[in-house]
Amino acid sequence: MITVDRHKCGHCGACVGVCPANAIELINRWIELSDECIECGACAKVCPVGALEILNEG
Amino acid sequence: MKDEYDVVVVGAGPGGSIAAKTAAEHDLDVLLIEKRAEIGNPVRCAEGVGKEGIKSFIKPDRSWISAEVKGARIYSPDGTAIEMSEDMAGPEVGYVLERKIFDRALALQAARAGAEVMVKTRATGLIMEDGFVKGVKGKHFGDDFTVRASVIIGADGVESKVGRWAGIDTTLKLSDIETCAQFLMTDIDFNPDYCDFYVGNEIAPGGYAWIFPKGGHEANVGLGILGSRAGEIKAMDLLKRFVKEKFPDGQVLEIIVGGVPVSGPLERTIANGLMLVGDAARMADPITGGGIVNAMLTGQIAGEVAAKALSRGDTSTKALSEYENRWKSAIGAPLKNSLRAKEIFTKMSDEKLNALAHSIKDVDFSEMTATGLLRALVKRNPKILWELRHLLK
Ligand SMILES: Cc1cc2nc3c(=O)[nH]c(=O)nc-3n(C[C@H](O)[C@H](O)[C@H](O)COP(=O)(O)OP(=O)(O)OC[C@H]3O[C@@H](n4cnc5c(N)ncnc54)[C@H](O)[C@@H]3O)c2cc1C
Ligand code: SF4
Ligand code: SF4
Repeated sequence: MITVDRHKCGHCGACVGVCPANAIELINRWIELSDECIECGACAKVCPVGALEILNEG
Repeated sequence: MKDEYDVVVVGAGPGGSIAAKTAAEHDLDVLLIEKRAEIGNPVRCAEGVGKEGIKSFIKPDRSWISAEVKGARIYSPDGTAIEMSEDMAGPEVGYVLERKIFDRALALQAARAGAEVMVKTRATGLIMEDGFVKGVKGKHFGDDFTVRASVIIGADGVESKVGRWAGIDTTLKLSDIETCAQFLMTDIDFNPDYCDFYVGNEIAPGGYAWIFPKGGHEANVGLGILGSRAGEIKAMDLLKRFVKEKFPDGQVLEIIVGGVPVSGPLERTIANGLMLVGDAARMADPITGGGIVNAMLTGQIAGEVAAKALSRGDTSTKALSEYENRWKSAIGAPLKNSLRAKEIFTKMSDEKLNALAHSIKDVDFSEMTATGLLRALVKRNPKILWELRHLLK
């Protein structure tokens, strides 16, 4: 599962641009993640501040 | 908001505002929508721009010019400087803008030309009929709306979805995006006459750090790294290190983050009833990351082509291919060169970067353009830069 730290996010949209599943949306000042996420990790890598993290379930 | 327009422009950055203004000036009925509550804020830019590039779109105004610089200096990893004068250094050097005010001034121009501007209005999808884009679905202040139009211009920046909705894959590979962080700093010691660039694998892998004067004691101090080399290292952490070494006593007034597409333009920037402009079409320069002027230029061409297509009653890809032909002849070749140069420079070791800087130490760059600089480099380092040899022709 991918999570966003809202306190860190700088609303830049870089994660949206690299998401191959179109699973992220930047809405004014927050990020919304849809369940289309394929957990590829691209968004977490590109985030300039490390606001996104993939948590392993289970 | 009406139910129908000739043109709906999605995104009120420089690309969208110029597109809306241009279309409105051609007597089209235009709606410009922006999802943010405030145009231009938060800023995602180092705000450097060439004087000539900007003048053809808007009369320079003190309210949105923070500083003027005389030139650019590029520092290799061992500190060797290459200096270029402002008029030669290329599209990112000349003025340092105040984008919050600049972006708003451009949107105001669009409104004055007759376009309807709506903020807090986010596109969430497209109306598609018979393979044509026929309008936009969205939310305004939380309420759903649909609006029909004959031409949609996608100017929705690095996070563009308009293209994706129309079936154009705009996903950026990690090797095709610079991930950036920037501080607006004060109480720091820097030369207000220059935009400074620092390259090197330690400082900014696959990118560079920059110091752009903002007038007075302020400067934009930032850093971008190639997405494929990020992950463990974050742009923000590298910036903190850079600043700690350079300006340990500086104060940070604003923190900015952002992503710049450095893939070079999309293969396909049009669909039936649709054109993509600016960062949405990945028009930023792959080597410098500068995208303001290219966004305005492609926005202008799209506005003109929309008017022509509508006057003929044909908005098919065939009619809109004029947009692609025109931006290609205007900026296609330089963007291609930059992309090739990016592929080489982002993989270069610090030793090679230093060797390149040393090889041209004695060259006078006061009269030399950015392409001239590349040419001089290729001439003196034919082996290292073999893939750029066509520049010498
Ligand atoms: C850190 C950094 C430094 C940079 N430095 C420079 C520089 O020094 N010089 C330079 O020339 N360029 C620079 N750039 C690049 C430059 O900022 C962009 O190329 C430029 O802003 C592109 O303009 P645009 O109009 O295409 O897109 P943008 O300016 O990104 O505007 C897109 C707009 O669309 C809106 N939008 C997005 N989705 C929707 C939607 N669904 N509905 C409604 N609205 C939407 C966004 O909110 C935004 O306002 C830099 C970029 C970054 C990140
Ligand atoms: S992990 Fe991959 S698919 Fe999931 S949101 Fe991030 S970029 Fe998109
Ligand atoms: S890349 Fe990071 S900072 Fe930028 S919008 Fe996404 S989560 Fe926020």
